[in-house]
Amino acid sequence: MAAQRRRRTQKPTKDELLGYYKSMLLIRRFEEKAGQLYGMGHIGGFCHLYIGQEAVVTGLEAVAIKGDKRITAYRDHGHMLACGMHPNGVMAELTGRQGGYSCGKGGSMHMFSKERHFYGGHGIVGAQVPIGAGLAFADKYLQTDNITFTYFGDGAANQGQIYETFNMASLWKLPVIFVIENNQYAMGTSTERASSTPEFHTRGAAFEIPSEMVDGMDVVAVKEAGERAAKHCRGGGGPYILELLTYRYRGHSMSDPAKYRSREEVQKVRGEQDPIDMVRVRLLALKSVNEDDIKKIDKDIRALVNSAADFAKASPEPDVKELYTDVYR
Amino acid sequence: MKFEVLMPSLSPTMETGTLTKWLVAAGDSVSIGDLVAEIETDKSTMEVDAQEDGTVLELLVAEGSENIPINTPIAILEIDGDEMSIPASPPPEVVTEAPPKTSEVITEAAPKTPEVITEAAPPPKVEQPHGVSETLRTDVRTALRDAMAEEMRRDEMVFLMGEEVAEYQGAYKISQGLLEEFGERRVVDTPITEHGFTGLGVGAAFAGLRPIVEFMTFNFAMQAMDQMINSAAKTLYMSGGQMGCPIVFRGPNGAAARVAAQHSQDYAAWYSHIPGLKVIQPFSAADAKGLLKSAIRDDNPVIFLENEILYSHESDVPIDEDFTVPIGKARIWQQGNDVTLVSFGIGMSHTLRAAEMLRDIGIDAEIIDLRTLRPMDTATVIESVKKTNRCVTIEEGWPVCSIGNYVSSVIMQEAFDWLDAPVINCTGKDVPMPYAANLEKLALISPNDIVEAVRSVTYR
Ligand SMILES: Cc1ncc(C[n+]2csc(CCOP(=O)(O)OP(=O)(O)O)c2C)c(N)n1
Ligand SMILES: [Mg+2]
Repeated sequence: MAAQRRRRTQKPTKDELLGYYKSMLLIRRFEEKAGQLYGMGHIGGFCHLYIGQEAVVTGLEAVAIKGDKRITAYRDHGHMLACGMHPNGVMAELTGRQGGYSCGKGGSMHMFSKERHFYGGHGIVGAQVPIGAGLAFADKYLQTDNITFTYFGDGAANQGQIYETFNMASLWKLPVIFVIENNQYAMGTSTERASSTPEFHTRGAAFEIPSEMVDGMDVVAVKEAGERAAKHCRGGGGPYILELLTYRYRGHSMSDPAKYRSREEVQKVRGEQDPIDMVRVRLLALKSVNEDDIKKIDKDIRALVNSAADFAKASPEPDVKELYTDVYR
Repeated sequence: MKFEVLMPSLSPTMETGTLTKWLVAAGDSVSIGDLVAEIETDKSTMEVDAQEDGTVLELLVAEGSENIPINTPIAILEIDGDEMSIPASPPPEVVTEAPPKTSEVITEAAPKTPEVITEAAPPPKVEQPHGVSETLRTDVRTALRDAMAEEMRRDEMVFLMGEEVAEYQGAYKISQGLLEEFGERRVVDTPITEHGFTGLGVGAAFAGLRPIVEFMTFNFAMQAMDQMINSAAKTLYMSGGQMGCPIVFRGPNGAAARVAAQHSQDYAAWYSHIPGLKVIQPFSAADAKGLLKSAIRDDNPVIFLENEILYSHESDVPIDEDFTVPIGKARIWQQGNDVTLVSFGIGMSHTLRAAEMLRDIGIDAEIIDLRTLRPMDTATVIESVKKTNRCVTIEEGWPVCSIGNYVSSVIMQEAFDWLDAPVINCTGKDVPMPYAANLEKLALISPNDIVEAVRSVTYR
């Protein structure tokens, strides 16, 4: 992953590193638990895990301010946890229960929180991208200082509507960061097999949108790139593209033939580039953090995730009356 | 403390699987998240991870074992009890727990015919004749423009976007003067990028604006169909009521004249199929204005189907800025006793002409303009059919899965015993629109088709 290296502006503080560690570990443990609940039949349908990609949302959420919006596709659990949505509500949506963010009517791929400015959770590849530009259009219309983080995958990057959106966003100087989470695969298709130019960050050039390619496994690098992008957008400079090189450890969804890449490839990334290990090492290198501190965090997060799982199993299914509600307002 | 690793399920339909490979051996220590085994079904392969930190005590099934039922213990871990905050063995009760008997409840509650979502029926009040307030003879084009201008004055959140809506003043001059009055912030020319700007409009609506998206014609909205249906119509439901989408999609729909197949199509039935959308197709200028104002004020996505041929049709339109027409309410255009004619949009032109021809042969038709197709005011239709005992529906669209088909089905279910003849659906012919003048004429419905249908249901 030969991402562009930039000089670090500032070394991250201990508190920053601890924050990243907790956020990423929460996502990792949550996703593992979701996988297990799926295995036990508590979760149905499609369930796309974010394991391996935790540094992307964690680094970018670190530059978000109050009122900033975010929108993504179906691989959305990490985004929701990172923006402060409660694990209970997310897990209960996965189990299709009343206590879920969509009262059980959306499921893994379709969750929202007005309060946290999380606009979904979209199941149609690429559809969230023009919608994200529309959120930014509203901020410009209302003259706020907010920006929208619009996430999409390397597979989605080949959708025509992305380029329609790049054009409008640049033309109208919309405050939107297009975050391309390049995890190297769209289901079983590697970027080389689907894209004539797999360097997705270059694709904004035709629309004069500035862009960067970033090591998406390094949360500190992500955060720094996010700062540059946010500064550009908030300053009225229009859209910005960040291509984050990342990797998903698990299958595309729970059922995945696992035939399109080797176990060695996965293990190599896990062993050498794991975003959470990287931060743990950094933390332990600080004299003020020791193994026990780390253990305590791990334990707290496991308790949080376990109670989310308990909540998600105990929450009742939606009342049958809910079948006919929320079709119209 | 002992912890059982169970055979997981990879999909809702999976019952058994094969353990293709152990990735650990007895005695190995594992951490949470470590891979312990690989399992496979006919469809997929998945790795099983350790759910706790600990040591592998025993592997319970051999590598290569097939047809292992899900939830069968496959390995035992020894784990550190103190670290645990959940019970050591995943309680089989949880897994085998009888699922709440939802399906039963649903069957009990299910209505005999599929329930169609309509708004709480508006109070059955006879619509005020337009003479109540002062009126002005206005064409549909101006009525639509006035509706938008009034609503934009009333609510800062309302804005118009689309191709050629601003500088050019609208491809069909519907937005004439709006750029001048409201400026380019609120009257936005878009690139030719239907999929993109429709999605952008949906996002703006999620964020609280009230976009009016003009399609140069609805033929081009096909490129944006995904955003209209999957994003605009379904998100309120999928978000458990959180994320509304107050947006109006409007523009000319249906056949114009001599523009052939790709530019001549009625989408009434397409959009009416979709729960979450409201669908309006007005005929008169007064209804065009009053319904567009209601559509802009509505908190749901509304498809507003206009018609190019009707743009210059005039009628008396109330000048009162508070004049609106309720969505979901049909209008009885003309009272009659012999047959009920149900139509909407341009179909009404043919229907009114047919009604005159019918009068000449002594048939007294009751004419209902549906105006809104979803939610549809079927109550007004049923009431009328109970009086006339006969019904003909008229629309420009194609015959298969048409609006008329739906109206017929409701009549059959709710007024079967009142019918003295089968319901006939007059529609456009079942072909792409031809270009040649003579063929085009044949493909469209005509007043004669309607007269023929009425004669057949009245046996005259
Ligand atoms: C329009 C559309 N086409 C196909 C699919 C099926 N599908 C779901 S995810 C996916 C792969 C997308 O890959 P990418 O954008 O790289 O995201 P990732 O899954 O890697 O996060 C496909 C083809 C879909 N949901 N929507
Ligand atoms: Mg991908």
